Amino acid sequence: MKYVDEFRDIGIAKKILKDISCHVDGEYKIMEVCGTHTQNIFRYGLRQLLPKEIKLFSGPGCPVCVSPTSFIDKAIAYSRISSFIIATFGDMLKVPGSSSSLEKEKSKGGDIRIVYSSLDAIGIAARNPGKKIVFLGIGFETTIPTVAASVIEAKKNRINNFYVLSGHKIMPPALEALLEDKKISIDGFILPAHVSAIIGSVPYEFIPNKFNIDCVIAGFEPLDILHGIYMLLKSRFDGLKPRVRLQYTRVVKRKGNRKAIGLIKEVFRQTDSEWRGLGNIPGSGLVLSNAYKQFDIEMNRKIIVSRPKENPLCLCGEVLKGLKVPLECKLFGKRCTPQAPVGACMVSGEGTCATYYKYGEGGLTG
Amino acid sequence: MNIITLAHGSGGVLTHKLIKEIILKEFNSPILRELTDAAVLKVGKNTIALTTDSYVVKPLFFPGSDIGKMAIYGTVNDLSVCGAKPLFISCGIIIEEGLEVDVLKNVIHSMKEASFVAGVTIVTGDIKVVERGKCDKLYINTSGIGVMGQNIKLSIDNIGIGDKIITSGSIGDHGISVLSAREGINFGGSIKSDAAPLNKLISKILRAGGVRFMRDPTRGGIASTLNEIAEDRNFGIIIEESSILVKQGVYAASELLGLDPLYIANEGKIIVVVSKDSASRILRIMRNDKLGRDARIIGEVVKKYSGKVILKTKVGGSRIVDMPQGELLPRIC
Amino acid sequence: MKIAEIIGNEAVVESGGLKKKIGLHLVRNIRIGDYVIVHAGFAIEKLDKKRAQGTLKILKEMGSGR
Repeated sequence: MKYVDEFRDIGIAKKILKDISCHVDGEYKIMEVCGTHTQNIFRYGLRQLLPKEIKLFSGPGCPVCVSPTSFIDKAIAYSRISSFIIATFGDMLKVPGSSSSLEKEKSKGGDIRIVYSSLDAIGIAARNPGKKIVFLGIGFETTIPTVAASVIEAKKNRINNFYVLSGHKIMPPALEALLEDKKISIDGFILPAHVSAIIGSVPYEFIPNKFNIDCVIAGFEPLDILHGIYMLLKSRFDGLKPRVRLQYTRVVKRKGNRKAIGLIKEVFRQTDSEWRGLGNIPGSGLVLSNAYKQFDIEMNRKIIVSRPKENPLCLCGEVLKGLKVPLECKLFGKRCTPQAPVGACMVSGEGTCATYYKYGEGGLTG
Repeated sequence: MNIITLAHGSGGVLTHKLIKEIILKEFNSPILRELTDAAVLKVGKNTIALTTDSYVVKPLFFPGSDIGKMAIYGTVNDLSVCGAKPLFISCGIIIEEGLEVDVLKNVIHSMKEASFVAGVTIVTGDIKVVERGKCDKLYINTSGIGVMGQNIKLSIDNIGIGDKIITSGSIGDHGISVLSAREGINFGGSIKSDAAPLNKLISKILRAGGVRFMRDPTRGGIASTLNEIAEDRNFGIIIEESSILVKQGVYAASELLGLDPLYIANEGKIIVVVSKDSASRILRIMRNDKLGRDARIIGEVVKKYSGKVILKTKVGGSRIVDMPQGELLPRIC
Repeated sequence: MKIAEIIGNEAVVESGGLKKKIGLHLVRNIRIGDYVIVHAGFAIEKLDKKRAQGTLKILKEMGSGR
């Protein structure tokens, strides 16, 4: 595949690794905040190839993982109403709610359908005029404008039985909340590739300005990740002032994708939002704006769910903040496995715990 | 667990759990415990192999194959990988009320053609019809009987350090073909299911000698099969990502859908574990057959990492390839 | 993925023989032959081929220890 395979070349990987090893100057702690970065680091076995002084941590970049239990409980409640069809991205199916999951509800007969795009959900709505279709809106700024575009399509085509249950969250406020926690110690960030394609590099500038931490926006391919790591190390090696660096220049522009940002602003408005493991973060969530509130299922039919009890042994919160690794959680691999997840970090394919489990507990050591 | 979910049927961890905790608990025969693709049985002076499989693929027809062909080839292959010559097939068909007769005719015709190509005879069967909505169009179960070759004892117990792992061709074609037909993804004809009868290729390979074990990587892909081989053993398996052939369209679809070809079903491929000395000879024999033209040595059996399957990635790193966890692609077989 | 056809607000992208329909609602000035990043059924940004070559050139020149 053009413009993809070239960025997986082993010969070039070796060159970058050589330059990385020449710029190591003591321990360097890097947090990557995007689930796809976490996945690809494991998928390509990159940890093994890097000098041991480089420590990689995974942050809260998995939208499924940070969805609160109450969101799943609401989705389940809607699915139990016979005139409702739930349309969702596949990775929401196994997320544990307080007493069930969408997968279990589907087995019991709930009309829950997997879609690859919010546009597919509109198609389901058009073909089922007697039903209400609730699309589960999960995802960060890469997904949010796609849902916005779909809502606008629904309005244009008068698809009035299409609704969104918005669990959308935005990254920068969460990163700021993370950094306010004094326990966190990070030398550099690898920032998300495609979230940044939408929002640009400007929204992250508070990270070097307020917290004096270096950042690089790196692509998802293994060479991009290695190149990004090199850029961070070189910056410290050369004694440069921390700033937001752009590695993924072929896709990300400083100002981002203005058309997509415009769609987000038109269809959604900011609100406070609860992040599993991180608590309530002001201004970090999105709900449908007044002009589009007819598509908000909670305006049409509100469901109240009780606040669930989290398992006190679940370390998802600290794992999401990069303070602990999954191996340190007493439930990991024993009571909490991908087949029977306790915390959401184990559920999504991108979750830190799921990735550790799938790729063998932190990768290979021997 | 108190209800059966789709994940229990995926061929991965939960299927194995279900088999261990419910099936083997009651059906406690030593032959069944071996959980081989076909049961090898002594009946008087003869050694025969018996196997059964059910086919619930959706949709019924997809690029390169259909449920009828799969039902014949799948059972033929399960017998062949155990070293048996497949001879006779039974077929039980469950039909949903309302299915068009033409669809049934096409499936039966396909089964006839497939049995001809494979050189087997359908000798008995059964048909049931259930009410509309109580099954999805058509399900088929086939059982097969074959005769074991002389002096052939294929077993995971034969596998030793230094043995090589060979695949007969590209991976993921079948699963992606079915999924694309289901989801309406257009490949412009470039990706077809690889469903095929492997008995003739397999008998050529067995005649060459040096074969330790064989399996066809269906549900759960080669990842599942390799893990089944290595599980609880005192050896590990290392495979090289750059040696594994993935067709362009399968590669592109996997990227788009977030799937890993290692876990995607195949219906016309085999994994053969052979002794180091016989590897290049067997590879040559496979490549001379049209069903083994793209055969590759993808890895070897090692002392380290016992019980595990390790992948050396394209960029030189390594990672563990686990048993598939849940339901990747429902109703692919 | 490469844009193979454009039909109004939608496009057919192709990669390795695979063809898929996606929405162009998030992008501007897309032409046949352009490469786009696809996410959740939409093109989210155009790939800048010149910059891609530029990055590759930088990467190929690495490995000297500098």
